[in-house]
Amino acid sequence: MLEIKNLHARIAEDGTEIIRGLDLTVKAGEVAAIMGPNGSGKSTLSYILSGREDYEVTEGDILYNGESILELDASERAAKGIFLAFQYPVEIPGVATMQFLKVAMNEQRKYRGEDELTTPEFMRRVKEAAAELKIAPEMLRRPVNVGFSGGEKKRAEILQMALLEPKLCILDETDSGLDIDALKVVADGVNALRSPDRAVVVITHYQRLLDYIIPDTVHVLYKGQVIKSGDKALAHELEANGYADIIEAAA
Amino acid sequence: MNMQQAIKMTAAETALVDAYTAQIGDLPGDGAVLSLRDTLVHELKTAGLPTRRVESWHYTDLRTLLRAVPSADPSAFADRVDPIVPGSSVLSVRNGQADLKSLPEGVTARSYTESLLDGSAVAGLAVLGSDDAIGRINGGLVGGGLEIALAEGAEFEAPLEIQIAQSHGQAHTRFPVSFGAGSKATVIERHLSTNGDASFVSSVTDLTLAEGADVIWIILQQQGPADTHLGQIRFDLGKDAKLHLVVINAGGKLVRQELHGKASGEGADLTLRGINLLGGDSHTDVTFTLSHDVPHTTSTEIIRNVVFDRAKGVFQGKILVAKDAQKTDAKMSCNTLLLSDEGDFSAKPELEIFADDVQCGHGATVIDIDHTQLFYLLSRGIPENKARAMLVNAFVAEIVEELEADEALVEALEGVISAWLAKHA
Ligand SMILES: Nc1ncnc2c1ncn2[C@@H]1O[C@H](COP(=O)(O)OP(=O)(O)OP(=O)(O)O)[C@@H](O)[C@H]1O
Ligand SMILES: [Mg+2]
Repeated sequence: MLEIKNLHARIAEDGTEIIRGLDLTVKAGEVAAIMGPNGSGKSTLSYILSGREDYEVTEGDILYNGESILELDASERAAKGIFLAFQYPVEIPGVATMQFLKVAMNEQRKYRGEDELTTPEFMRRVKEAAAELKIAPEMLRRPVNVGFSGGEKKRAEILQMALLEPKLCILDETDSGLDIDALKVVADGVNALRSPDRAVVVITHYQRLLDYIIPDTVHVLYKGQVIKSGDKALAHELEANGYADIIEAAA
Repeated sequence: MNMQQAIKMTAAETALVDAYTAQIGDLPGDGAVLSLRDTLVHELKTAGLPTRRVESWHYTDLRTLLRAVPSADPSAFADRVDPIVPGSSVLSVRNGQADLKSLPEGVTARSYTESLLDGSAVAGLAVLGSDDAIGRINGGLVGGGLEIALAEGAEFEAPLEIQIAQSHGQAHTRFPVSFGAGSKATVIERHLSTNGDASFVSSVTDLTLAEGADVIWIILQQQGPADTHLGQIRFDLGKDAKLHLVVINAGGKLVRQELHGKASGEGADLTLRGINLLGGDSHTDVTFTLSHDVPHTTSTEIIRNVVFDRAKGVFQGKILVAKDAQKTDAKMSCNTLLLSDEGDFSAKPELEIFADDVQCGHGATVIDIDHTQLFYLLSRGIPENKARAMLVNAFVAEIVEELEADEALVEALEGVISAWLAKHA
């Protein structure tokens, strides 16, 4: 489903290279965990996959379902099924959450040539998904993410994911800031989306989340490269020993 | 030959003087009114329209910007349109002529033409100062309008819309409005054009709020793309009176909206909010002065501007705090979203403080669309043009949302904003 080949990317503004020859393949149905020390380029990779223009790809390619997506802008990638749950969800004062959700869902449907949702159908879906994720209706009456607590923001990201039903879900530290109960709720939300035609990339620092969302593969990112891949045992090993040995072995 | 005639009049100045000459005998007024008109037009002829050398017109050189003035057409006809907020009472003035058909209870009104004819209008016709070009043009040429009074304690659920519609030609209107003690109302002063032909419109509104009156006054300017709109609001806030004044400019080619007021009773409060939606080759100026004359008065002013194309905008805001006006609290800000390299916005906030125990501040910012917010919307599948429009809308919608007590009003004003953005963004 996702094939990243020898990807090199830099910050457009100052030319600093962040991703330095990264290879990664994620198959349909797979849950891949990406781990790595602070500043190794995990969030940058997630932004590049979703089409943020602050970064420039200088070499290599990203294939999604066999086709390069480098020429597509962020909204086209989203409409094709790529979703990023942000490490730091963005507050947008003045834009009502419900309006935002409705526009997003319908614009994606339009792009794919599907009919727009009627308002009652839209409301039904939001209510149902919000209840599953234990999101209070009052939250949905506020502007997008405005005044949400850290944990509420993360839950709101998963709500958007549930409503948009993407094919490639990228979760950037969705577990940070969540209490134990919320972690469980969010993990259930992600697991509910697991299916043979969907892939999930989970970026995390902690084994805790991976106890709930069990990964098929685990990859260690360091200085913009995948320096080691393995199965879920690798995550346990990291939890126990840290990154030092792996970094040394790769050097 | 006198000296002043050595200055060559511009086409617009000539047209204004000609409009006056052509209507002598038709313009209403008793002896005093007619002689004041003569004086005002004579001043216009000798001093000319203000240029950038007049301080209060520095950013809006009216003499250069006003290229032409369409001639008055007494046969012009404008259709009445539905009120912006469904269920409002509508008082309409079409091509300068007042229609008093639907007066809600507690409101008395008469045609301003009568006040001109019986001379009661004469005191209000005086200009505010030598630089009061709007007062001068309007005083010389005003033909009609409405004199409105709200009874003491009168309260209205639905808004009152004063609909001032113009098809083409000229209209010069006046609206002295007095709010009785403890009265409470929302009034929409709505200026609109019923077609694309050029109009030249001047309008002066004079608001007096008695003790404890609580008023929302919205100026909704939706003139056509060829129109000149010269508007002026004067207001006087009595003891504990509250005025929430909202100016929305969403049309016109050359627009100047002046707001001049005083907080003359203790406990008076002004909330001024401005939304300037600017596009095309338009020039829009909002000029505000407020004097806090007595202790314990408050005001906040927030102006939000959105600039597209080659549009130019101006905000001048001057707050004066008199020597005795201790404990004044005033905050003024002007924020501009500049969406075009060819657009421009000049902000000149000023404080003149003569009292020592006050809290006053001001600020002006120019910003661009927030890239992180834009990316967030795009990453959810919202196409860029739509995402931008949502963010621009959000920037100004915040101000409208302050009127949340009246949902229908908020919805109507949001509709005006999104319709404008759909056309210009
Ligand atoms: N737009 C940018 N401008 C400047 N520096 C940037 C930018 N984007 C990324 N960087 C830098 O690139 C490096 C990688 O950052 P990134 O956010 O991808 O790390 P991360 O692996 O997600 O870290 P963390 O675990 O702390 O979230 C960091 O050194 C960061 O400061
Ligand atoms: Mg990160």
